[in-house]
Amino acid sequence: MFESLSERLTRTVQNLRGRGRISEENIAETLREVRMALLEADVALPVVRSLIEAVKTRALGTEVATSLTPGQAFIGILQRELTELMGGRPAGFALRAQPPVVVVLAGLQGAGKTTTAAKLARWLIESGGKRVLLVSTDVRRPAAILQLERLAAQVGASFAPSDAEQHPEDIARAALGEARRGVFDVLIVDTAGRLHVDAELMEEVRRIDAAVGSSERLFVVDAMAGQDAVNAARAFGDALDLTGVILTKADGDARGGAALSVRHVTGRPILFVGVGEKPDALQPFDPERMASRILGMGDVITLVEQVQKQVDQKEAERLAKKVVSGQGFSMTDLKAQLQQLQHMGGLSALVDKLPAHLARRSLPAGQGDRELCRQIAIIDSMTRKERRTPSIIDGSRRRRIARGAGVQVQDVNRLMKQFTEMQRMMKSMKGGKLRRLMGAFRGGLPPGFPGG
Amino acid sequence: MTTTTSAGPDERHGFFRRLRARLSPTNSGLASGFANLFRGRRIDQDILDELETRLLTADVGVEATEHILAGLSRRVARKELADGEALMAALREAIAEILRPVACPLAIDPAHTPYVILVVGVNGSGKTTSIGKLARRLTADGRRVMLAAGDTFRAAAIEQLGAWAERSHAEFIAQAAGADPGAVAFDAMQAARSRRAEVLLVDTAGRLHGQAHLMEELKKVKRVIQRVEASAPHEVLLVLDANQGQNALAQAQAFNEAIGVTGLVLTKLDGTAKGGIVLAIARRLGIPIRFIGVGEQSGDFGEFEADAFAAALVGTEEKT
Repeated sequence: MFESLSERLTRTVQNLRGRGRISEENIAETLREVRMALLEADVALPVVRSLIEAVKTRALGTEVATSLTPGQAFIGILQRELTELMGGRPAGFALRAQPPVVVVLAGLQGAGKTTTAAKLARWLIESGGKRVLLVSTDVRRPAAILQLERLAAQVGASFAPSDAEQHPEDIARAALGEARRGVFDVLIVDTAGRLHVDAELMEEVRRIDAAVGSSERLFVVDAMAGQDAVNAARAFGDALDLTGVILTKADGDARGGAALSVRHVTGRPILFVGVGEKPDALQPFDPERMASRILGMGDVITLVEQVQKQVDQKEAERLAKKVVSGQGFSMTDLKAQLQQLQHMGGLSALVDKLPAHLARRSLPAGQGDRELCRQIAIIDSMTRKERRTPSIIDGSRRRRIARGAGVQVQDVNRLMKQFTEMQRMMKSMKGGKLRRLMGAFRGGLPPGFPGG
Repeated sequence: MTTTTSAGPDERHGFFRRLRARLSPTNSGLASGFANLFRGRRIDQDILDELETRLLTADVGVEATEHILAGLSRRVARKELADGEALMAALREAIAEILRPVACPLAIDPAHTPYVILVVGVNGSGKTTSIGKLARRLTADGRRVMLAAGDTFRAAAIEQLGAWAERSHAEFIAQAAGADPGAVAFDAMQAARSRRAEVLLVDTAGRLHGQAHLMEELKKVKRVIQRVEASAPHEVLLVLDANQGQNALAQAQAFNEAIGVTGLVLTKLDGTAKGGIVLAIARRLGIPIRFIGVGEQSGDFGEFEADAFAAALVGTEEKT
């Protein structure tokens, strides 16, 4: 819904072109745009102010004026500044203490602590081969302990039972004992969600922390948080000597300006971002990507990584071999490709990560996904012979296929056309034109495309 | 005839005193400290700039802030506002003006039995807790209430709602975790009819509004409810977290487009978050705000009133 900041800037910076140099006067409007857009991205006002000052200082003078595209240069400055503000490079999460390393998670109600506890456990198990024990000290929210117990089972972590009658400190202390006895590498302590203005509960989390002598105290914060994120971060930072931050629910369309605010206030690195509901949806935080996102430039790096992770390598190689060896590209191959798209969370999950101006040009997300299902259904309604040699599919076969898939004949026609085009493309690739094709694609990337 | 769920006038008075205390616990209302700023000064651009800052940090958003300030600036230029007090009064009025059209309480129409309320929102906004508090309020009014555990995705969400049903003496309909939420809704509709529940509250799993397949699932739940009773759901409540910023507007827009939101619940106003985003939503979408939650106790959940909210948001001026 927001016009992308980079788009907006490119427009307002146009009038800088041709001027000798950037001055206070001619950059004022652009900086106003930046300010508004950052506020719309929920970056806290004090942070916005210091950022604007920094960008202004950098932009004034010749740096921008010598550039052929002042808009790009200006956005570049802004992006670098944002990246710097968020720590520059990924911080990495290394367990530095003697096992069992105790990690305490704290944050506001509904920030996503319990889900994050399980995701973090899974990450430690999968990437570090750690033995992880989870414990919940949330005796307030109904069924919170049960929720963590079930999640622990899902991610393959051990769970230290507790019940709502117990005192949170005692639960934590007992769990630490169990972690020692069971020779666990990590103990993750989930705490009740609390408001930073609730002195009693803030004292409770401090006591829990003291009881277990934690070495990591992580603040869990919602990527959709508003201006008040700074107050919450400050209060939690005062109560606990925070060692890091985890940003949750970053898979929505929130710009995640809170990331900037929280980092600014706590001075602690953002370690991870939560990007989905499943236990594996936790990624190490990358300041550069987040900066692109706040600017509305899309998260293309994540997109590429996701494609690499999820595309079935064997399947891709099989297809490549087939194409190279001169065998035709069949309907079965097309179906396999469509299914891979579905496995990646459908088109909508991919479109989400495109820069705003590109995303707008694609099909409405839901519509694209429905189309995907329909196309698979059409291929499923073909006979084996038709799938192998689609050229035999005449009018009467098309009518039969349409009936079988519950679609219109036009839908079948469209799929056939698409198939023919793909087949043609595959043939041209065989001729070693692949490189040239990719070159053309790169050249065609719109400005502002990271890495493009 | 329709009846509202309002409590007695005395209780309401107390609720808004609490709201005011909660919204500005350290007297941090929009007006706080303005007396110092004004001392012996006329209203100038600096003061208006300071006001802009405060509105923006209250999550009011750029568009609504500009609207409010433009109105105030015009009146300042016409010399209608002589001093700080007048400016604050005008601010309060400008905010109340935006909010009045959306301050309509939830009216439970007894012609519809059960009166079906579908509750939706993003993850962690406070849906289940809001349902629990609303149920308690309704049963305290002597209504027969049923809760349906439509969040079959999040671990232990069903048990959480079950605990609330017990506390609020409401009936409870649930299936196993992982069940189809549409099936739960269907079951609940049937059960609510046969047990003559007056109000059926249907919980749903939290979902980010950009997730097309989950929004489709929500549409399906609504369709299933409609299949049993064409006029239902009679209310679709979107629960918003006051701690959220401008994204809440995107949420309201997306949920409204998907299933038609008829009312809002603003939760977690008991921190230092001001919930100014409701101004942006009121201006842009005009969806009625039904309830606000200002604390963890079930008594801290009440109807939304424009003037009281405006007064609490602006706060009282400290005398220094």
